[in-house]
Amino acid sequence: MSIMQHNGGSVIAMVGKDCVAIASDLRLGVQSLSISSNFEKIFPVTERLYVGFPGLATDVTTLREVFRYRVNMYTIKEERAIEPTIFTQLVSSTLYERRFGPYFIEPVIAGLQKTPSGSYEPFIAATDLIGCINFAKDFVVAGTASEKLFGVAEGLWEPGLEPEDLFETISQTLMNAVDRDAFSGWGAIVHVITKDKVITRKLKGRMD
Amino acid sequence: MAATSAYNSPGFDFSNTYRNQFLADRGVPLPKATSTGTTIVGCLFKDGIVLGADTRATEGPIVADKNCEKIHFISDNIRCCGAGTAADTEFTTALISSNIEMHALTTGRKPRVVTAMTMLKQMLFRYQGNIGAALVLGGVDITGPQLFTIHPHGSTDKLPYVTMGSGSLAAMAIFESQWKPDMEREEALHLVTLAISAGIFNDLGSGSNVDACVITASGTEMLRNFVKPNERVEKERRYVFRRGTTAIKEEKVRRWVVDEEEVTPVGGEEMDTS
Amino acid sequence: MPDGSFSHPQQRQFNPYTENGGTILAIAGKDFSVIAGDTRQSEGYSIQTRYAPKVFRLTDRAVLAVNGFAADGNMFVKKVQQRLEWYRHAHAKDMPLGAIARLIQTMLYGRRFFPYYVYNILGGIEEDGTGAVYSFDPVGSYEREACRAAGAAQSLVQPFLDNQIYFKNQQAPAGQSHPLHLPLSDVLAIVIDSFTSATERHIEVGDGLEIYVVLTKGRPTQDLEGYRGVKELTTRPDGDRVFLIQRELKKD
Repeated sequence: MSIMQHNGGSVIAMVGKDCVAIASDLRLGVQSLSISSNFEKIFPVTERLYVGFPGLATDVTTLREVFRYRVNMYTIKEERAIEPTIFTQLVSSTLYERRFGPYFIEPVIAGLQKTPSGSYEPFIAATDLIGCINFAKDFVVAGTASEKLFGVAEGLWEPGLEPEDLFETISQTLMNAVDRDAFSGWGAIVHVITKDKVITRKLKGRMD
Repeated sequence: MAATSAYNSPGFDFSNTYRNQFLADRGVPLPKATSTGTTIVGCLFKDGIVLGADTRATEGPIVADKNCEKIHFISDNIRCCGAGTAADTEFTTALISSNIEMHALTTGRKPRVVTAMTMLKQMLFRYQGNIGAALVLGGVDITGPQLFTIHPHGSTDKLPYVTMGSGSLAAMAIFESQWKPDMEREEALHLVTLAISAGIFNDLGSGSNVDACVITASGTEMLRNFVKPNERVEKERRYVFRRGTTAIKEEKVRRWVVDEEEVTPVGGEEMDTS
Repeated sequence: MPDGSFSHPQQRQFNPYTENGGTILAIAGKDFSVIAGDTRQSEGYSIQTRYAPKVFRLTDRAVLAVNGFAADGNMFVKKVQQRLEWYRHAHAKDMPLGAIARLIQTMLYGRRFFPYYVYNILGGIEEDGTGAVYSFDPVGSYEREACRAAGAAQSLVQPFLDNQIYFKNQQAPAGQSHPLHLPLSDVLAIVIDSFTSATERHIEVGDGLEIYVVLTKGRPTQDLEGYRGVKELTTRPDGDRVFLIQRELKKD
């Protein structure tokens, strides 16, 4: 079995009307043995930017620290918060640096990008494990349940969802996908990012 | 940890290869990266080059990106279509684009397509095919219109019409039956559209839209999503959920200050500005 | 050394199976059953044909969908149809749905050690007039269900069906409960959307869609009449009825 399936876990991000949402399951396992139901894979980068790391758990922790370091260095040097597009390029080049010895992570990025006029526009992206960026206008998925997530999201998503509707759509997409995946599940967490607040909710779902 | 070092050496970092090789030796297969199944083509015409590409990126049988860009920027007068491992085509073309700009700056001349081609083939040959980039390179320089293909191992071809990727046979069938020398711009663009469409509809690795790029001595025209023959039809039903459908265990809300108003303190002492 | 000499032990292998892509699905309602499949047949990155039916009418009350290795699928359907004809000659009536399901099990298990490389979904009307779906694995393990997807895009479609047919992970509004059976119009909409979604994200799904609808005896048909291009395939009057709806899917 592939190393990407070793610890399990899945992440999804979706675009809504002036908002984005990013969600993941909470399982940490070793093959078919579940270890933890509180293993978060999504981390805040800035106030309005989140990143999810589905894949090998040891690399989740390593990359979280790598990017914390690199984002801090950027913030100090540039004296401003990193924007989602810039962060996506940082993720991409960091992963491609290890083209021939990759981290087993497929990052998902969701945030609000500041426009020149001062407003915010939704931004999501995902990369493969060696940093090929996928800019999407609707949704991006990654992890062991990615096929299921693609199928459900393609059915349920529609453009222009308000934050509360986007929450329902991303939550239903995630939960029904991970319920058909042996390596994802055991709880779920959703972040809905709008310009003035971030709503974080833990979902009630199947724990088997 | 390597990342905490203040100095990062340029180029690839091989420090994970021991770990990953160990895993591979234990029988754990290493995962596959996103590849672009792809149809990419290039075609010579009277005053220049037309490049074409589809826009589908796949991971195995799954469509990872329905509208990705496969025609990459090298310089104002040179573009490069990429097939194969998506990250490799992206970064290889970006690196050569950067080096071409540096080269143009040092020589003070407009870059030539052969220069980009030589840089690409030398880099790909050095990596012995491990960088999985299959490229169609085209442009117009001082010597006229130029069109090349570059294979992952570094071999190159110079031909008046070329195709690459999983849809290359479908596209080449169109070129072989319809290409002729000294075509007009519109004619060549139409032929490239037909060739890419042949890939889109007959090769499962290719799909969605046609991207095209026309390069002549007078300039470069990028025709992103030139034809969109595969728009999704409207759904039969809407799937918006009633709010409160999903059961929640806990909720945390963090609010940010969006508007700041500057308030001058009332009755404060005037600042000494003398 | 493949030089024809016998100095080294040699092994040669012939792989009798291929995968031909495509996806099938079936949903049972209270007094109807819907069985659908796309019509693309592929091998590797090539399309062999854009129209190869995977769903077949067996009787006026039973429809069988087969997916996997197309050659095995076609042969298997042929053999099932032959057995059903023998049954008609012997008993002067069509075999009931539950009996067809059991027949399919024994036929599949009969090839336990050289299986038909196909996933079967049988849909139709039970003798009590209720809609039914039976799904099988390649060696004959089977189960009656309300809905099932199989084939290349099974993993894309099944969780969507869990959500929309079984209302999985959905809380009903206070004081209300989810309906046990959906109306035919809703089911048809969900089936079509499942296939257009699968076509978007799976390279082996597309070209055409065939939806068979089996209605129980005496059921009104006005909710089918709105669908363009609906054809009736029923052979005998005053029994259960079979209809076919054909749609186009994306061809890339």
